[in-house]
Amino acid sequence: MNVPEDLLYTESHEWIRRDGDTIRVGITDHAQAELTDVVYVELPKVGASHDVKSTIAVVESVKAASDIYAPAKGTVLEVNKSLESDPALINTDPYGEGWIYVLKVDDASQLEGLKDAAAYSASLGQ
Amino acid sequence: MIASSKFASAKSDHAQTRDDRASRSSTAGGTIDTVSPTFRLGAVSDEAEKKTPLYDEHVRLGAKVIPFGGWLMPVQYTSIREEHLAVRSAVGVFDISHMGELVATGAQAGEWLNTMLTNNIAKLDVGTGQYTFLLNDDAGIIDDLIVYRLEEQKYLLVVNASRIEEDFAWLQSHLARDVQLENESDRYAGLAIQGPRVGELFQALFGDSVEMPARNHIARFSLGDDKMGARKDVPPEGLATASPVSGSSVALLIARTGYTGEDGIEVFFAAEDATRVWQEILAKGDSLGIHPCGLGARDTLRLEMCYPLNGSDLSPAHNPLEAGLGFFVDLTKSKFTGRDKLIRVKEDGAAHRLTPFKMVGKGPPPRPHYRVFRDGNDIGEVTSGTLSPSLGYGVGMAYLATPVPKAGEEIEIEVRGQKFPAVIEKKPLYKKS
Repeated sequence: MNVPEDLLYTESHEWIRRDGDTIRVGITDHAQAELTDVVYVELPKVGASHDVKSTIAVVESVKAASDIYAPAKGTVLEVNKSLESDPALINTDPYGEGWIYVLKVDDASQLEGLKDAAAYSASLGQ
Repeated sequence: MIASSKFASAKSDHAQTRDDRASRSSTAGGTIDTVSPTFRLGAVSDEAEKKTPLYDEHVRLGAKVIPFGGWLMPVQYTSIREEHLAVRSAVGVFDISHMGELVATGAQAGEWLNTMLTNNIAKLDVGTGQYTFLLNDDAGIIDDLIVYRLEEQKYLLVVNASRIEEDFAWLQSHLARDVQLENESDRYAGLAIQGPRVGELFQALFGDSVEMPARNHIARFSLGDDKMGARKDVPPEGLATASPVSGSSVALLIARTGYTGEDGIEVFFAAEDATRVWQEILAKGDSLGIHPCGLGARDTLRLEMCYPLNGSDLSPAHNPLEAGLGFFVDLTKSKFTGRDKLIRVKEDGAAHRLTPFKMVGKGPPPRPHYRVFRDGNDIGEVTSGTLSPSLGYGVGMAYLATPVPKAGEEIEIEVRGQKFPAVIEKKPLYKKS
């Protein structure tokens, strides 16, 4: 499984690209491989605020719907509209074109518990 | 392991709701959460799930394995979509060894079964089968099954995995004198081979001169080392003799039936022959584009055809008339379990009706337990739903209050608090071009 070195990870298989108090979020290669065949993504609304660990998006495969949780409290700055017409981008390019949303984080200390690539890989048993 | 661990931790007969998500996510140690698994588990107790004789083959092929109906079954090998489309365009093979085989024998077996099942067994010639229902006294559906007449006085019932014990106990408790009923489920493995190229695969297995049984017919064949000495001439002798015919060949019962809407066969044989038969079929099917297919594709294929899934679309809470399957109920029979209730339902009209629908425009796929609305009124509940791999849009079936809207009329499906447009469809949702 591809686990890029320069990203942070949640236990729930989201990746986070951090730039100060702004984070870009998607789901990991492992997560997309487990879900397979993503057919629908429910995106958050730009400008909406979300609590840490609240449901912020939903990724649906043929077989099931999976909640995506916010890794920190914040306000949605941007969402990936391309996923509305091509949700399979999450399968084909999970760390690139398959990003889901950008969040302005209220309290950056909430990001301190995130895993680095080595710790996330270890959690996958790699 | 997001999805698989969710399935593994689910123990309920019903779709997982938000109430039990906490325990499920803690089991997985993660929070990407499966809200509504497509696969409801059958009557799963706390005891460990069973493995079919092909379990090691599934693992070897890299299948994702989930508990289903008390069994550990492959949900997919590569992708549900890929496996689904392989069945629509070429051929796929499914392990159906989890399904149950009950055998009734005796001079009164047919007459007795006709009082226990809804369809008319008197119409079955030796070597033919029919789809039918096992009902409780209130006409609620215990199981849907296919009954085959293997011999004059011998019948094979192929039942759902999660209902084997319940069906057997119910039938045993109503057994007539001079009828023997055996649960032979553990002795037998089964494969469904489905798709437009099944005929070519059949010839590759048995030779050009051997024909598949006709639709809904069942016959006995033998698969050997050299070019198959297919024993088309041999009358079906029943599963009791479906042990290896000789050192080098395997006895098979083959029925021209399926659950996909494609041409296909279902093959039953002794459990100890499973690996050999499976590998032989995959080897001979390789040049035809065969795919091993999991329960995921099985579910999307059957739903496109509006074939019901027991535990989702069928349950003791509904009768066959509500499910729109009155064709498989013969009310002209003088006596069978549930008949009185069905006659009243027929006279008064069913309160609900299982109704196919499709989503319109961009929106999430429908899932079991979503509510259905019309003109702002709640009119029912989705029992099956998915994104149709063949059609590219969401499809489903829902029990709607009667009179149900006509085909083409608009309804709404509520998904996570938001209503999405849908229209009523006719069966089947997918029509072969």
